[in-house]
Amino acid sequence: MTRFTLNGRPVSIDLDEDTPLLWVIRDDLGLTGTKFGCGVGMCGACTVHVGGRATRSCVTPLGAVDGAEITTIEGLDPAGQHPVQQAWLELQVPQCGYCQSGQIMQAAAMLKDFPAPTDADIDATMSGNLCRCMTYARIRAAIKQAASAMGGKS
Amino acid sequence: MSRLPPKGEPGSFLSRRNFLVASTGAGLAFGFSALVEAAMDPAVPGGAPGTPTGPRFEPTLWFAIDGEGVVTVNIIRAEMGQHVGTALARILADELDVPWDKVRIVHVDTDPKWGLMVTGGSWSVWQTFPIFSQAGAAGRIALVEAGAKLLNVSPAGGAAKGGVVHVGGRSISYGDIVKRGGVARQFTPDELAKLPIKPASERKLVGKPGKALDIAAKTNGTAVYGIDAKVPGMVYARPRLPPTRHGAKVVSVDDGDARKVKGYLRYLTIEDPSDTVPGWVLAIAESYPAAIRAADLLKVRWTAGPGADVSEKDLQDHAAALIAKADGGALLDTKTADTASAFQAAKSVLERTYTAATVLHFQLEPLNALAFEQNGIMEIHTGNQWQSLILPTLAKALGKPETAVVMRTYMLGGGFGRRLNGDYAVPAALAAKALGKPVKLVLTREDDVRFDSPRSPSVQTVRMAFDGQGNILGQEHHAAAGWPTLANAPALMPKGKNGVAYDPFSISGADHWYEVGAHKVRALNNDLANSTFRPGWLRSVGPGWTNWAGESFIDEAAVHLKTDPVALRLKLLTGAGANAGSDASTKGGATRLREVVRRAAEAAGWGQPLPKDTALGLAASFGQERDMPTWVSCVARVHVDRATGVVTVQKLTLVTDAGTIVDPDGARAQTEGAALWGLSMALHEGTAFEKGLVKDVNLDTYTPLRIADAPELDIQFVDSVEVPVGLGEPATTVVAPAIANAIYRAVGVRLRHIPITPQAVREALAKPG
Repeated sequence: MTRFTLNGRPVSIDLDEDTPLLWVIRDDLGLTGTKFGCGVGMCGACTVHVGGRATRSCVTPLGAVDGAEITTIEGLDPAGQHPVQQAWLELQVPQCGYCQSGQIMQAAAMLKDFPAPTDADIDATMSGNLCRCMTYARIRAAIKQAASAMGGKS
Repeated sequence: MSRLPPKGEPGSFLSRRNFLVASTGAGLAFGFSALVEAAMDPAVPGGAPGTPTGPRFEPTLWFAIDGEGVVTVNIIRAEMGQHVGTALARILADELDVPWDKVRIVHVDTDPKWGLMVTGGSWSVWQTFPIFSQAGAAGRIALVEAGAKLLNVSPAGGAAKGGVVHVGGRSISYGDIVKRGGVARQFTPDELAKLPIKPASERKLVGKPGKALDIAAKTNGTAVYGIDAKVPGMVYARPRLPPTRHGAKVVSVDDGDARKVKGYLRYLTIEDPSDTVPGWVLAIAESYPAAIRAADLLKVRWTAGPGADVSEKDLQDHAAALIAKADGGALLDTKTADTASAFQAAKSVLERTYTAATVLHFQLEPLNALAFEQNGIMEIHTGNQWQSLILPTLAKALGKPETAVVMRTYMLGGGFGRRLNGDYAVPAALAAKALGKPVKLVLTREDDVRFDSPRSPSVQTVRMAFDGQGNILGQEHHAAAGWPTLANAPALMPKGKNGVAYDPFSISGADHWYEVGAHKVRALNNDLANSTFRPGWLRSVGPGWTNWAGESFIDEAAVHLKTDPVALRLKLLTGAGANAGSDASTKGGATRLREVVRRAAEAAGWGQPLPKDTALGLAASFGQERDMPTWVSCVARVHVDRATGVVTVQKLTLVTDAGTIVDPDGARAQTEGAALWGLSMALHEGTAFEKGLVKDVNLDTYTPLRIADAPELDIQFVDSVEVPVGLGEPATTVVAPAIANAIYRAVGVRLRHIPITPQAVREALAKPG
């Protein structure tokens, strides 16, 4: 039995400990905002927060998150109005949208470490998140806008 | 466009389906079974459209108005990032004259009543604009007349504004008119076609800033993609793929090891009467992780089909051999395809060969489909770009009539042409039939890539004849590649001037708008490619390689003529004769291309000094096809590091004339994405066939553009009221030649293969002279 909190709610689940967290979240817990892209931790579509850190859930075994606090896109803000989400809406960032849960989770985690990210910070932190529609110019602009809204200055 | 049904002017194929029904006070005048009414509203979390209450007015197939004045627009196009429903609904809502906050969109499921369902070719806005304009105008006219009747005044002089009819000094809202019923106005297709459409100066939504309806759900995890579809009692399936795309046969399956996986249920050897997925074996399990593991553990023996030993070099050598033979292939109906006398008379001839590597779609959502049978109907829940193409195949595979198969619509986690080929729906449907229960088939990334329908590698030879006095006498363009239309929809191939059938999407672009005298364009099918894999339509398709060759070559011709490449283009874009444009969509012809070339060069600072090893390069394109030209020009500012061979694209400047821009922010987004796709295919991504399969199957070795390499973008549109054309693809094809042209101007070496690697640049720089 593995226990953790998911978006603030306690969860206990009885599955093989090597089951990737991604599928537990999507199929067993029913939150499908977290996406399957590459399965090897290199596209970032499956990014969630584990203990506040951006984590690739497709390569994180269930057993590794026992006792952890996990946040998915659905739990980032109760009303979906986290400053990063607001900036994403304002600048109309998503195209197909499939990678954007991961982009938003990665960006929200980054802004905790870099409240006023430089372009180099953004390059270094966001390069693990592939956007196949290539919305990169808007992602960069939206991160800066969100940083500004949160009180940081880029 | 003339090569695919529908034929003729944009929208004509849809207009025959336009018809009017009278609303009644007692509810829907026109209903469908719940099965096919199911559809997706991208603005609603979870995608389920609201249930209409009370009477609705449905003046055409394309929209309905309810008693609250809410307008629901039916969208037959797939949403895969283009915000297509938003663009199309704006067209209709503008003519209907309703406020945008009253507009909803619904992406519909397959039903024969919708006609051809395909989303590709950058066609959606171009094809739909006339239809939706007429539909909106018809609704407006009917409502004005009905409003006047309800108010007991003459309809003369009546007008609609913001969803309210103003007539005879009184007013009534659309919603109130619908609530009170009695709207009964019929329009014949001929009448519809003649309805007055607003002049551009009176538009309130088209061309104005606005927000896309599908975006909010894509920021909070509530957008529903095909991979998110689920029904109670479904089992999961993952394929174990055969060694070749075509012709593989299963000899034996041993699931002894797979049975040790918790949750594994069984394997299934797919028997496919449509021969779409020969040799596929599915691992069936209670969970997807179990299906992944079990599929890996199945021991399957196959007899391979053709191509099991084919390499990228084999494919390209074969293409080059086809080009080297003077006969063979299809000749396009260019103005003067006989170039013999031009080349005989030439004082000098320039001949160059260009190649492009195999490219993967790598749409981020791996292929998937959920299938189950309900009330005798096979329901297939998946994102797809060309439902009308795969439905007959599904029917054949299942042994059912097409009317017994329905495809439900979901968001697509990227299309880029991959989901024009709906092959992935076939094994899901066959498994659901065989097991008698819902089956959710999901391909892993590696599965998805391995049986992608990739962009074929290509070889092209371009020749030009000169008179020795700076004039061009003739040009030939020979292109050999695997043909997606031959692989997926052979019945749609037209015949060339010499009677040989060809894939128009694999040669378009070579039939350019420059004045070059005699002009021969020859399309050759690389039959080894088609027998080895299943070539696919990939964002911009043929122009992705024909413009690579053609626009690189124009710069090489400029060098040969010792003239500036921009000046040469401006000179050759005369806009005369065959290049004058012949109808509303092509109005202005090559003069419009000339103008975007001029503007892009000016915006980028053409001719101004730049730092060492840094230069500008320009390329131009008419987009996808001559009868729907999107005029685009791109300037790349590039720096080359001579020591490492690394090419850095510092900035891309793009000027596009796409006629009327319907959704300005969406147009910009499509151009941003298309341009960066072009950059990615120019410098960052490409694969190769090895033993009949692509060698790169995941992001460890396949390396599309990431944020750190995305350059500054300057994107401009020509202010225009001409026919709106497509924007999803055209900017893709100008970037690679612009970069190669810039590299030449920066460091004096010419690269003729994409992707351009640092190693290729170093080798070129090391070559003497």
